[in-house]
Amino acid sequence: MRRPLLSLAVAAAALLVTAAPTLACGGLIGPNGAVNLLRTTTFAGYHDGVEHYVTSFEFAGGGGAFGSITPLPDIPSDVERGGDWTLQRLIRETDPVEEAFFDRFALSGAAADGEAEVLLETTIDALDITILRGGGDEVGTWAKNHGFRLPPDAPEVLDFYAERSPIFMAAAFDADAAAERGQAVGDGTPVHLTIPTDNPWVPLRILGLGKAAAETVQADVYLLTDERPALLPNAGAFAEDEGLLLDHSAAATESLLADLRSDTGMEWVPEQAWLTKVVVDVTADQLDFDLAIDASGAGAPSPIDAGFAPFGPDPVPRAPVALYLLLAGALIVTAPLVFERVARPTGGRPLAGA
Amino acid sequence: MSLAGSLVAAVVLATAVTACAPAAPQTVTITIHYSTFDAAAISVPAGVPITFVLVNEDPIDHEWLIGDEGFHEGHRTGTHAAHGEVPTEVTVPALATVETTITFDDPGRLDYICHLPGHEAYGMVGTLTVEG
Repeated sequence: MRRPLLSLAVAAAALLVTAAPTLACGGLIGPNGAVNLLRTTTFAGYHDGVEHYVTSFEFAGGGGAFGSITPLPDIPSDVERGGDWTLQRLIRETDPVEEAFFDRFALSGAAADGEAEVLLETTIDALDITILRGGGDEVGTWAKNHGFRLPPDAPEVLDFYAERSPIFMAAAFDADAAAERGQAVGDGTPVHLTIPTDNPWVPLRILGLGKAAAETVQADVYLLTDERPALLPNAGAFAEDEGLLLDHSAAATESLLADLRSDTGMEWVPEQAWLTKVVVDVTADQLDFDLAIDASGAGAPSPIDAGFAPFGPDPVPRAPVALYLLLAGALIVTAPLVFERVARPTGGRPLAGA
Repeated sequence: MSLAGSLVAAVVLATAVTACAPAAPQTVTITIHYSTFDAAAISVPAGVPITFVLVNEDPIDHEWLIGDEGFHEGHRTGTHAAHGEVPTEVTVPALATVETTITFDDPGRLDYICHLPGHEAYGMVGTLTVEG
């Protein structure tokens, strides 16, 4: 199922929460529980053992403060303002659309008791960025103490991530400050995180946070890796019924790499790379996994990174995974590309009030 | 008085004292984890003080409001930032335990619900039956 064009900019990895301590309107979660999703675009590049994670926080208008919490695979070595056109250029590479669409993305642009540990704080435009380390309770407590109002599914989702990687990025966006800075509705603030890590992964489950079970989560995930990556779930194969579609998978063009490399902070882009675009189109109750990536060429993405296996001291045996991927490969050949929505079972996770 | 007669008298006296004394308070513990009440259905006797121990294991605030449908309808659109003055309306802060004691005079069915935005829809609902 193709979604409306404008939703191309909806992307992975933002857990949207209010930074409003009262019941006043203006936050992403209003007094009636409504969640007004902020559109973001996300790009994960991996080269020489370093993940470059670029996401954009779009000024959606209105006043007050709101924010997001994003799980990260490891501790960033740097957090800086991202380049101005990287995300837009990626969209143009995989989705040739009318120029009017691009006009919307015109170039614009220590812990208290029980709280998570603050590893890094910085301000980028109207965004206050904080890198946190802690368990789900600690991150939730930090968020609460700093004015974030988390939705009811947040405790479980924070634990889901913290058991695998206790690193989170909290971004508090002051819409009033953005307006004072002259930011217009639709302007984005790109943030570029440099994260040394063994393998990148992209948090997907968190996109459903605060959403009603039947609400559709739509996201585009761009990956730029040295090798053709192995993914879990394997988009385009057995995971088709889980709402993943391999929308683009090809060697990156020289022009794309040159354009990306010329953007601010993107000098790391290699001479050759593989560009992958995974489209997420799934109801919130189905989105109980992340996207694990093996960019090493070994073809063994981690089921732990995908959220399929509980984190623990005993490593998950690799052999069954290899078999799993082999079966997936067979499905690529034999399975029709059918996206079948699975009805939400009654008695499961109740509807969120979004 | 024989030994048997003494025992009978003691039992009768004890029974009389028990009948006249106020009913012993009871304690019910409800744990909140992942925005879910662990006890979705509870039965308590009428006329007995019930101390509810509300244990919030989540890092977010919750509410425990108990009443009939009219009571809840009012709270669904309410604007209270917090509760605590009324025993049937309790805010349970994140990672905290709160106690409240209520005596239900009349048999019937009541619901306890968290009315923070989105929490009732998420499933934070339980039923309490007051038995006569």
